[in-house]
Amino acid sequence: MIKAGVDIGSRTIKVVLHDGQRKIHSEVRENTFNTLEVCKSMLEGLNYDSITATGYGRHLFADRYNATTISEIKAFAIGINNCYPNVRTILDIGGQDTKAITIDEKGNVKRFEMNDKCAAGTGRFLEIMAMALRYEIDEFGEKATHAKEAAKVNSMCTVFAESEVISQIANGANRENIARGIHESIVKRSIMLLNRVGIDGDIAFVGGVAKNSAMLSLLEKNLKRKIYVPDNPQIIGALGCAIV
Amino acid sequence: MTDYKEMWKGLGLDLETHDAVLDIVGKAYQDVFLSQNNRPKGMEYFDFVMSEIHGLRIKELLDAKQEGRKVIGTFCVFVPEEIVLAANAVCVGLCAGAELGFELAEQYVPRNTCSLIKSAFGFKLAKVCPYIESTDMIVGENTCDGKKKAYESYKDIVGNLYVMDIPQTKSQAGRNLLKAEFVKFAAAVGELTGNKLTVENLKKGIEIVNNKRNAILRLAKLRAHNPVPISGLDVLLANQVYFYDNPERFTASVNAICDELEQRIANKVGVFNEGTPRTLISGCPMAVPNWKIPHIIETSGATIVGEEMCTGERGTQNLTNVNGNTIDELIDNIVDRYMKIDCAIFTPNQSRLDHIKEMATKYKADGVINYSLQFCQPYSHESMTFGKELESEGIPVLNLETDYSQEDVGQLKTRIEAFIERIKK
Repeated sequence: MIKAGVDIGSRTIKVVLHDGQRKIHSEVRENTFNTLEVCKSMLEGLNYDSITATGYGRHLFADRYNATTISEIKAFAIGINNCYPNVRTILDIGGQDTKAITIDEKGNVKRFEMNDKCAAGTGRFLEIMAMALRYEIDEFGEKATHAKEAAKVNSMCTVFAESEVISQIANGANRENIARGIHESIVKRSIMLLNRVGIDGDIAFVGGVAKNSAMLSLLEKNLKRKIYVPDNPQIIGALGCAIV
Repeated sequence: MTDYKEMWKGLGLDLETHDAVLDIVGKAYQDVFLSQNNRPKGMEYFDFVMSEIHGLRIKELLDAKQEGRKVIGTFCVFVPEEIVLAANAVCVGLCAGAELGFELAEQYVPRNTCSLIKSAFGFKLAKVCPYIESTDMIVGENTCDGKKKAYESYKDIVGNLYVMDIPQTKSQAGRNLLKAEFVKFAAAVGELTGNKLTVENLKKGIEIVNNKRNAILRLAKLRAHNPVPISGLDVLLANQVYFYDNPERFTASVNAICDELEQRIANKVGVFNEGTPRTLISGCPMAVPNWKIPHIIETSGATIVGEEMCTGERGTQNLTNVNGNTIDELIDNIVDRYMKIDCAIFTPNQSRLDHIKEMATKYKADGVINYSLQFCQPYSHESMTFGKELESEGIPVLNLETDYSQEDVGQLKTRIEAFIERIKK
């Protein structure tokens, strides 16, 4: 039996097929204003027996495709438990929100916390900051890693942080140092969220932002431990849906 | 529907904005309440009350005023309704639950003020609340810092504000303060109405309010049954209408619903399946039309079996002892009853935590959802400390912080669904 999972996030849509033993297909695509169209073209030609949806568009999708839904929190818990049975704490930074989740050995959710309603400290925040510094999102983390020091970025509100960054540029601050400062401020915020659920066992880092090398190294440095990142950290929610 | 346009105009409302408000509330009511399955027949009374909330009820208030009675508006469960009724005045709640006139409100209160306070200003300044405009006296109470400072400005806007001080500790000194304030309030109400307090009218006031509390507590108890015979939304609505309605009629209507629910329980009829996860909501008050979180909970596969809120059991628990031979003794009884309110402005506030645990057990809740309004420091703080304490005792907790806007509904839904997945057996 082949099960499909779809994770409809604010920035990207992820599809995974799982045959009960292993993942047999996965794809990540940018979301557009027409979510259902993107889903339709991603699912075209795929064969599956059942489909489960998660992410912000899950209800929209479920109504159209007669799919079951689960929350992202549950999806990530199941997905990570499948990749790393040793992990008990998950940090997910997606486009629109950041989540800290603790799970038990079976992948059941014990506790979770999410960022408050603004986009501070999320993938979207990083994108806006990269734009303000005229970096491509893919090089943003690398540049931050190479910085000699971190400029201090105090504001966590996307709007205020952007103007703070712009005035730092105007004051002649080093571009890489500002990039580093932005990453450090998000890491600090993420650790606060992790502390709220209580870090337990090994930690995994997932979601689109887990592809950012600076975020990972700064998290490891601050938490003084190894952090597990799956090969494709963006698809873990969809994977969880395909296993549930 | 009767045409109330002239009445509203007479009260100085901005008819255009007011029409828009009624439209939005009416539509929300349709979506949130009338779409529910298998509601008790007795809820038709509340549907009627809601459809006439700015109509018939306001007419009743104006008619009462014609007869020489006074209308006293309140923002808090600390205002002793017993004393208001003893003086033959009408008591109405003025708290509002919609994001309206906030840009006007922000000329008087800082931006980081909670929605509850902002809407008190917004509804007045946008001229959309016939209750505010019908009052002869509005009672403000020094509870949290936000309200305390806000009343300093509100005074100038409404012109009939009476401010009452409220203690912050459950000490003898605190009790003395509350008694002095209630005596002073009784004198002010006496002066406004021309009616002196007597043992008889005070006892009658106590009785009317106790009856109302008894009815709503009776309703609360019936929700311990599984399947739950009434939705949390419908009970929240009753708790909200508690503050507006004629108290005797309200009592009779709630008791009629209870009779019906007892039948349902005997027949094992409910509004949700037996296995539906049961939640208790706890935290800041929810004033009409603030139904956002309960609506999400009850459309995401769980039900609400109790409200530990001012618009719920925090406001209605504990009766006032009616036995006493003098006005002073009766006032003492009233003070004793109000000193038991476990509002988060008190320090320490252990009794609130105890009450949450007691309610969770009594109503067989599978988890507690703490609801704090953004910028409400006292309740946000307690949701942190109480949340940890409840979790350590094995009671799952979800802490939510939100305001009156609708833009975070998606995020709230994700959290609530994940919490329901967690507590589902």
